[in-house]
Amino acid sequence: MGPNGDMIRKKDLSLWQKSYIPEILKGMRQTIVEMFKPKFTFRYPEERFKPNPSFRGRPVLVEENGVERCVACGLCSRVCPALAIEVQASETELEKERYPVKFEINMVRCIFCGFCEEVCPEEAIIMSNEYELVFSSQEEAVFGKDKLLKTAEEMRPRLEFLRQNR
Amino acid sequence: MESLLLISVLKFVTWVAIVLLTVIMLVYAERRLSAFIQNRLGPNRVGPWGLLQAIVDVVKLLLKEDVVPRNAYKPVHDLAPIISIAVALSTFAIVPFGNTINVFGQDVKLMIADVNVGILYLLSITSLGVYGITLAGWSSNNKYSLLGGLRSSAQMISYELSMGLSIIGVLMVSGTLRLDQIVMHQTNYLWGWMPAWNFILQPVAFITFVVAAFAETNRLPFDLPEAEPELVGGYHTEYSGLKFGLFFLAEYANMITAGAVITTLFLGGWHLPYVENMGLDPLLLSILQILTFCVKLFFVLMFFIVVRWTIPRFRYDQLMNIGWKVMLPLTLANVLVTGVVLLLIQ
Repeated sequence: MGPNGDMIRKKDLSLWQKSYIPEILKGMRQTIVEMFKPKFTFRYPEERFKPNPSFRGRPVLVEENGVERCVACGLCSRVCPALAIEVQASETELEKERYPVKFEINMVRCIFCGFCEEVCPEEAIIMSNEYELVFSSQEEAVFGKDKLLKTAEEMRPRLEFLRQNR
Repeated sequence: MESLLLISVLKFVTWVAIVLLTVIMLVYAERRLSAFIQNRLGPNRVGPWGLLQAIVDVVKLLLKEDVVPRNAYKPVHDLAPIISIAVALSTFAIVPFGNTINVFGQDVKLMIADVNVGILYLLSITSLGVYGITLAGWSSNNKYSLLGGLRSSAQMISYELSMGLSIIGVLMVSGTLRLDQIVMHQTNYLWGWMPAWNFILQPVAFITFVVAAFAETNRLPFDLPEAEPELVGGYHTEYSGLKFGLFFLAEYANMITAGAVITTLFLGGWHLPYVENMGLDPLLLSILQILTFCVKLFFVLMFFIVVRWTIPRFRYDQLMNIGWKVMLPLTLANVLVTGVVLLLIQ
C-alpha cells in the first residue's frame, strides 16, 4: 500500500525497494522514536491512578445529614447478579419511615457491575472511585454499614456525574 | 617466557570478567530499552534505576533447583550447556580490542590469542556452537525442544555458508587472516581523508555478514530455534536453574562476540580516525582506542536490540529462501566482483 492507500504491485518496485532495506530503516526510525515517547506505566505504590467520576470502584452508601439515604427497599440486593448484597429493613421515626438495620456487601462476591447503583430509586448506593481492596480473610471482606457509609460531600463528583449522564 | 604466560593469564582473566559483566549489563540494557520502545518503564525496582536487577536474576538462577526430565538422557543433557558456554566464551579470544601497547618495557597485543588463522578459528568455533543447541534439543526428550534443535542446526548450516563467503571479500581486500592486521589495514585512508573501513569497501559483504550474524546468534528476526509462540521455549524448554543460566549467558555472550566481530571486520575495530596523527601520548592513545572499540560495540549491540523490536520473525521457508536463494548468490557475486576489481586495480 502506498501513502494514499493506493495499491503498489511488487513488480513496480525498484530493486533497491525490493531489497527491503529502505522499509527496514523506516521501521527502525519509528522504533527509535517510540523510545523517547512518554511512558504509560505508573510507578505504582508511589504514583497512583486517579480515576474519573465515571470509574466504577467499590459501591458505597451515601450519607446525608448524618443519616443514610437508603430506605431498605431491597432492590439492590434483588438485582445483584453475584448475590453480594444483604439488606435487613426496620422502621424509623424519620420522614423516610424505613432504614436498613443491617446492610452488608460481600466484596469477594461483588463484580462491580453497578446494577445496584442503576436500580436504586434514592441514589443511596453509588459506585465510588476506590479500587484498592485487600483482605486477609473471608470475614474481613464483608463490608458492613461502618465501612460503606460515605458523606454526600465526599461523593459529590460521582453524584454530579450521575445527574448529568443518567 | 614466564612473563608472557603471566600476561596471557592476566589478559584472559580481565577479559572474561569484563565479558561476564558486559553480559549482565547487556541483559539489563536490553530489558530496559525494550521497555522504552514499548512505552513501558522496565525493571526499575532493584537498586538505582533497577541497575542491580540483572545481578539479582543471576543469584536467582544460581539458587534454583536443577530439574532434569525423567526420560532425558542425563549425560548429554548436562553436557549441552557446557558446550554452548565454552564455545561462546572461547570465540572472544581472537578479537583485538586495542592496538599493541607498551607496558613496563614489554609490547602487549590487546587480544588474548594471536592466532595466525584468525577468522578461520572464529568460524570453526562458532559452528561448534550448534552442537550445544542440537544436543540440548535432542537429549531433553521433548518434541518442542527437538524441533528447536533441528531448526537451529538447519539455520546455522544455511547461514554459516554466506557468513564465510561474505568474510572472503574482506580477506581479499586486506590480504590477511589475522584480525589485528585486518584492523591495521582499515587504519588507512581513502583519498587521504576517508577512513578505509571495510563497510565502505565491502558494503554487500557488510550487509550479508550482519544478517548472517543475526541468524548465528539466534536473535530476532531469526530466533526460530526458540520461537516462543510455536515451540514453548525451544531447545531450552527442559532446562532450569544454572544450566538454563548457562544457555542464557551463552546467548548474550554470542551476541557480544558477533558485535565485536562486526566491529573488527567492518567498522574499523579500535580505529578512531584522525587521532593517531595528533601526536598524543601513546598510552592515552591506546586508552582512547580501547574506548572507541567499546563505543562501537555498544552501538552495534543497540542496533541488535532495535532490530529485535522492528522486524517480525521469519517463517521457516522464508528463512531457508533468504539463506540459499538470496544470501548465497549475493555473497558469491560479491566475491567475484571484488576479485575482478582487485585484478583491475593491480
